[in-house]
Amino acid sequence: MDWLMQPDTTVEKFIVMFVAIALFAAVMAVVLLVVDRPSLPRWFAALGYLGPALLLILLGLLIPAIMTVRNSLYSNDGSTFVGLDNYATVFSQDLFLIVLRNTFFWVLLVPLVSTALGLVYAVLVDRTRFEKFAKTLVFLPMAISMVGAGIIWKFVYDGQVGLLNALLGLGGVPTQQFLLDAPYNTFYLIVVMIWIQTGFAMTVLSAAIKAIPDETIEAAKMDGATGMRMFWQITVPSVRPAIIVVITTIAMATLKAFDIVRTMTGGQFDTSIVALEFYTQTFGRQAGGIGAALAVLLFVLVLPIIIYNVRQMRITEGER
Amino acid sequence: MTDNTAVAVHGPTRKLTRAEQRKEDSKTRLSSPAASAIAVIIAVVWTIPTAGLLITSFREPSAIRRTGWWTAFTNPMFTLENYETVLTGSGDLVGPFVNSLIITIPSVVIPIILALLAAYAFAWIDFKGRDWLFAAVFALQIVPIQVTLIPLLSQYVRFGLVGTYWTVWLSHTIFGLPLAIFLLHNFMREIPRSLIEAARVDGAGHVRTFFQVLMPLLVPAIASFGIFQFLWVWNDLLVGLTFARADYRPITVAIAEMAGSRGQAWHLLSAGAFVAMLLPVIVFLALQRFFVRGMLAGGVKG
Repeated sequence: MDWLMQPDTTVEKFIVMFVAIALFAAVMAVVLLVVDRPSLPRWFAALGYLGPALLLILLGLLIPAIMTVRNSLYSNDGSTFVGLDNYATVFSQDLFLIVLRNTFFWVLLVPLVSTALGLVYAVLVDRTRFEKFAKTLVFLPMAISMVGAGIIWKFVYDGQVGLLNALLGLGGVPTQQFLLDAPYNTFYLIVVMIWIQTGFAMTVLSAAIKAIPDETIEAAKMDGATGMRMFWQITVPSVRPAIIVVITTIAMATLKAFDIVRTMTGGQFDTSIVALEFYTQTFGRQAGGIGAALAVLLFVLVLPIIIYNVRQMRITEGER
Repeated sequence: MTDNTAVAVHGPTRKLTRAEQRKEDSKTRLSSPAASAIAVIIAVVWTIPTAGLLITSFREPSAIRRTGWWTAFTNPMFTLENYETVLTGSGDLVGPFVNSLIITIPSVVIPIILALLAAYAFAWIDFKGRDWLFAAVFALQIVPIQVTLIPLLSQYVRFGLVGTYWTVWLSHTIFGLPLAIFLLHNFMREIPRSLIEAARVDGAGHVRTFFQVLMPLLVPAIASFGIFQFLWVWNDLLVGLTFARADYRPITVAIAEMAGSRGQAWHLLSAGAFVAMLLPVIVFLALQRFFVRGMLAGGVKG
């Protein structure tokens, strides 16, 4: 049975994979057959359908999250209760203050810039001949891993053969170390996340633009609105709910993403953010308590964004 | 042929000729040269970085170190050497590529099935507390993976599972479930109640209703979530880094390691990055409309 846990060859690996899927299918089939008898009460069927998913969510999300909150109140080796000391450390030491400052810039800039660019681009290519192709170009980074995106941009920023330094060189600017020079390096990393998220913003906003009723556009045209006036007075107000959803969604994705910074600088040169520092503290420095506090902080930072989002959705639904 | 019938059926008011349509459209656009220029600039900035690395991956290592990739246009010399090195030579990415496949397939299939069943119960079985339970699952979407990582890891250690594929499959399944349930539930609610009730009147139990009535209608929904989960799992770094031991590590982890230890070896990094990108980009381009549909139905995982 050892090979089920530790397959060595490629063939063994694939066999284990199929065993896992078959095992899962068999268990689910048994559950469904048991609960499908009409004589059984309705809650029994509900339990059979919901049970497996809810059990996993309970054991894998809810309980671990509570345990992390607990761990954040204990020392780094987990032995003694320290109250809010870990949080105090996070909010007072220079290292962490830089992390918090960087995170602030990420969460502020990535959603706003990607949404603005996505909206402008969506309007510009809307109903042109090249619409589909033009959108695919901007959308494609969404299919690339953040590790891949990090490598793509690290190459752009490279000191010897990078494109950006070559372009600046044409204007007589000396070679820049984009990723080494704090605090500007954080902004060059932020560019990468903007590059990824603009496609998302563009796609959602493009759908919203296409949903603007023809009458609204016709009426605006009757009033002589064109170009920029059309954009500010008709398009933007019409897609406002979509803009809010996009901004908040990107903000949440940005908070949790650590791959870009880890790939491009490893968090060195004052570029770390909360999501990466969580990883560094937990696995690199064996500082479990601090790591847990950073994870909880991440969660706490997400909350207001979610609450705002849900509230906005309620308001929009009430208007309908 | 089909176009003509459509016009005939719906009458001439529905469809303008292409020329008329374009004339009409041009009024709603910011149709100045400046606007077009901005669009082109954005498109170029979004494409050039990837194109540059792609070209680099086909250049000779010595050329990559000495000159910028754009010089390849005037002095074209291309080779597949980098891909050979990165796959079978010092890069050794074949193993991690296989691992990514092994990790991804069950991590997409299992949450889809679990979530289909749960979404069915939330949508079509009446039971006490259904609404608040669904709200709770919806709310759990926002729990960052980081918050659950360490307690999960210590449980895996306790059960002697640590480092195996099983923990990676389980973790991806758990993390994917809230979004999957939410998304599939949204799609499932759109199916007319009369269809379900007709099946029940015919004496079909839950299982038959589910497989014969609902499943065929849910194929696009499943495709939507399937692509999300595929891209998420294939491109994931955090879960693979934390749970998979060295010889089971996915390709993202392998590439990230390469970027850390051989950060200036652009002949390896460029080819490696594109080996890792190949599959998701193909899937993405082939199934883009399902992806967009899922995204508009509220499915975005951060």
